[in-house]
Amino acid sequence: MSPLNITKGSTSHSAYDLRDPNAEVIETHTLAVLVDNEAGVLARVIGLFSGRGYNIDSLTVAEVDHTGHRSRITVVTTGTPQVIDQIKAQLGRMVPVHEVHDLTVDGPAVQRELALFKVAGKGDARIEALRLAEIFRANVVDSTLESFVFEITGTPEKIDAFAELMRPLGLREMARTGVAALARGA
Amino acid sequence: MTNVMSGARMVVQALKDQGVEVVFGYPGGAVLPIYDEIFQQNDIRHILVRHEQGAVHAAEGYARSTGKPGVVLVTSGPGATNAVTGLVDALMDSIPLVVLTGQVPTFMIGTDGFQEADTVGITRPCTKHNWLVKDTAKLSETIHQAFHVATHGRPGPVLIDIPKDVQFATAEYTPMQKAKVSHYQPKVKGDIEAITRMVELMETAERPIFYTGGGVINSGPAASQLLREFVAATDFPITSTLMGLGAYPASGKNWLGMLGMHGLYEANLAMHGCDLMINIGARFDDRITGRIKDFSPGSRKVHVDIDASSLNKVIRVDVPILGDVGHVLEDALRLWKARGRKVNKAGLAKWWKQIEEWRAVRCLTFTNSSKVIKPQHALQRLEALTKGMDRYITTEVGQHQMWAAQFLGFEDPNRWMTSGGLGTMGYGLPASVGVQVAHPDALVINVAGEASWLMNMQEMGTAMQFRLPVKQFILNNERLGMVRQWQELLHGERYSQSWSEALPDFVKLAEAFGCKGLKVSDPADLDDAIMEMIRYDGPVIFDCLVEKHENCFPMIPSGKPHNEMLLGDADTQGVIGAKGAVLV
Repeated sequence: MSPLNITKGSTSHSAYDLRDPNAEVIETHTLAVLVDNEAGVLARVIGLFSGRGYNIDSLTVAEVDHTGHRSRITVVTTGTPQVIDQIKAQLGRMVPVHEVHDLTVDGPAVQRELALFKVAGKGDARIEALRLAEIFRANVVDSTLESFVFEITGTPEKIDAFAELMRPLGLREMARTGVAALARGA
Repeated sequence: MTNVMSGARMVVQALKDQGVEVVFGYPGGAVLPIYDEIFQQNDIRHILVRHEQGAVHAAEGYARSTGKPGVVLVTSGPGATNAVTGLVDALMDSIPLVVLTGQVPTFMIGTDGFQEADTVGITRPCTKHNWLVKDTAKLSETIHQAFHVATHGRPGPVLIDIPKDVQFATAEYTPMQKAKVSHYQPKVKGDIEAITRMVELMETAERPIFYTGGGVINSGPAASQLLREFVAATDFPITSTLMGLGAYPASGKNWLGMLGMHGLYEANLAMHGCDLMINIGARFDDRITGRIKDFSPGSRKVHVDIDASSLNKVIRVDVPILGDVGHVLEDALRLWKARGRKVNKAGLAKWWKQIEEWRAVRCLTFTNSSKVIKPQHALQRLEALTKGMDRYITTEVGQHQMWAAQFLGFEDPNRWMTSGGLGTMGYGLPASVGVQVAHPDALVINVAGEASWLMNMQEMGTAMQFRLPVKQFILNNERLGMVRQWQELLHGERYSQSWSEALPDFVKLAEAFGCKGLKVSDPADLDDAIMEMIRYDGPVIFDCLVEKHENCFPMIPSGKPHNEMLLGDADTQGVIGAKGAVLV
């Protein structure tokens, strides 16, 4: 093998130092994807994530425009900045996808999740659960002498916090919708 | 005027409106209504293959050699599943295909009916897009949309699944002009600021290189023309991926040869040592980059690609340009001319001097023999004896494929059909059938290995039936050559399952199919045999017995950077570490 005689660094370095290669930080992003509401579109999006090894932390989908047959998929995902960019590009090139918005970088956004909590208990625990629910502005949507079902909306963090408080007070079950998100402002 | 017709007739009408001349297919229960319509017309020719995989590869060969989409028609269930390998092959290599599959009637979907498979589910990740059409009223529009999607943006295969009752039912036909395709309009013009940045870098670069790929071919002949003009005007060196061969002529003076794992020494070292890399329509495949962190460490990189997901996917680039290669090249060339046609002449002269030193290594040198045919020699003779002819080459996958890329010269785009991304053994024979259908008078040669060739050899029946004089040039080493090579280099010379035992007598096999068989083992007989193959008016199976243990060099071992390349006579023991062995 002949040795290479390449003068490195004769020009400033490339691309590689656009981002610090050692800073492989994992970021969490919330993406809003507007798609045609056609058969199999959710399977396409989910298949993209599983097929290429991307993470899904939360995913919600519903039709938002009945006349235009558009659905909005809100997906919370984690990955390195490069992976997040790939996810957006991969979503963007799918035929039924109209728009991809990264609500985490596009500007301030509101994120809300709805959750239902079933908490069973008697005596002080029951009173405490009800008192905490008021603080968290949770509504009682079902009640028996031994249980409540609370309805709460808020950020995922708020719902996590509420779940932690309910756990010692008799939390039996919970159901969460996943995140819905919109950019702030007009 | 109403234009009401059955779904089956709509299919044929839509294909005609799309300008389709040939369909590759295989009938079955769920597509009988469409076959009935095909029977009653003469505008569209149907090529009956012997296996659905063959239909898709033939359509790929047709598409790659013409630039038009290839069309496939197969039945439900096994017809569709057999087509899957071809779909993924076309997806990886960005080949436009429209595949029509039959499906059980809508009311039977989900009941595990006879020959039912969830075709859209199975093929969702294997296609650019797919559709299950449940309403005849939407069928014709969907077909028109499918052609639009397959051929716009980054090309690729699309599939339409048509239940049998949808084929029988009647509805109004939607003409091509009325089909809604507005929302899928990928951007073709590149950002002019980014193109300006690219031109600025080109004006000052000391060691520039064009690294081009299949995107140039897919963009059309005009893109290849612009590329040639740009290379000639700047005098920059140019290399290409396996998929891009022919965009720049192999006889061109700036041509460095193919790059990558089995690419030429000068091409890979120039990639490693350049200070400006201009990637045009290639995708930094792992066969090209080798070890990512050591890939061309001192260069600024420009990347032109029509697919946003290709930009910054593997290699971070300084100037990403989203757009069609032809459009971007046109703008860049115009801008570069307008700014005074500047290049760094002194830097370039030094750069070419360095490249000439690398060229002097003559990396494709091999030890020839008068006793046994060396595969490289066979290809050199094939090249010499067919040069200048109206020639199309397809290949199977393995050592012979790499040797063909190294030793055959391609002067024009669309002349070279090979399975690059997926690496599908069994691609070459059906692809040669598809190419010959498109170019009946051309010389179509499938450079094959005996093991790959056997995977789809049934398609010789198709070649015979449709009088397609395809030449099957089999470099027969009675081994799975590339597997054997890797076992030698990586697995302690334990040749597990990598030999071809109980091979057929290829001459007798040719006779059984009704075509010509030739067998040659003496280097002295090679030229005469090749000429006999070329002159024979019909398909030929050419059994070229070659050296059994020849390795394909140069080679960048897995997990190594470009500048750690093995040349022919290098001691190859222990060159690949444990980490490299994990890579394929």
